[in-house]
Amino acid sequence: MSADDGAEAANERTERNVKRFLFVNRKAPYGTIYALEALEVVLISAAFDQDVTLVFLDDGVCQLKKGQQTKETGMKNFSPTYRALEGYDIEKLYVEKESLEHRGLTADDLLVPVKVLTTEEIGALMDQQDIVISF
Amino acid sequence: MTILHTINKSPFQTTDLDSCLRHARKGSAILLIEDAVYAAMGNTGISERVGEALKNTNVYVLGPDLDARGLERERVVRGVEIVDYGGFVDLAVEHDHVQAWV
Repeated sequence: MSADDGAEAANERTERNVKRFLFVNRKAPYGTIYALEALEVVLISAAFDQDVTLVFLDDGVCQLKKGQQTKETGMKNFSPTYRALEGYDIEKLYVEKESLEHRGLTADDLLVPVKVLTTEEIGALMDQQDIVISF
Repeated sequence: MTILHTINKSPFQTTDLDSCLRHARKGSAILLIEDAVYAAMGNTGISERVGEALKNTNVYVLGPDLDARGLERERVVRGVEIVDYGGFVDLAVEHDHVQAWV
């Protein structure tokens, strides 16, 4: 986890016109459009070379569940997109430990490598951002 | 008079399931669809509540909605029956009416 990274890094970001964006994902996929819309916005922010971090908490952790097969429901399976984020230099993915546990899940159930953080740690991460956008 | 209750919201985000379980009479059926299928999974914070409900009601879950969300059928709470779209129609026909907890 990138702790508050000091004045030098902050100056560099100012020069490059880069802000720290945090996208907070709190909804399950498919039942609503939030998860898919969040992905769209995340990809757009990456195109503008911003410093992007994603957190998944509450039902948002379900977005990363392995083995999604949407064929029979007639919906588009967008879960492979999470694996493609690395190619857009989006590598800071954090998942809340308590949310996983409440849903009977572990990091092994997820389709991308993530860092699991406690509620406390995610709160601290939120504090370090320039812009927080919730879905 | 028998009712088929349908629930389509995540049990972790709304009180829909909880309210349904409090109102459902003995012998009625509950079908979990869309984001409510998370309620069918074992080893969660609400599995015990669903297990309790199975004593008085029949609980069903829509298989295609489990699959879409990557939820393994073998991890569904024991006693909850998995149905397909045809099974959904059968349940609707078998009961006097359908009550949607939207």
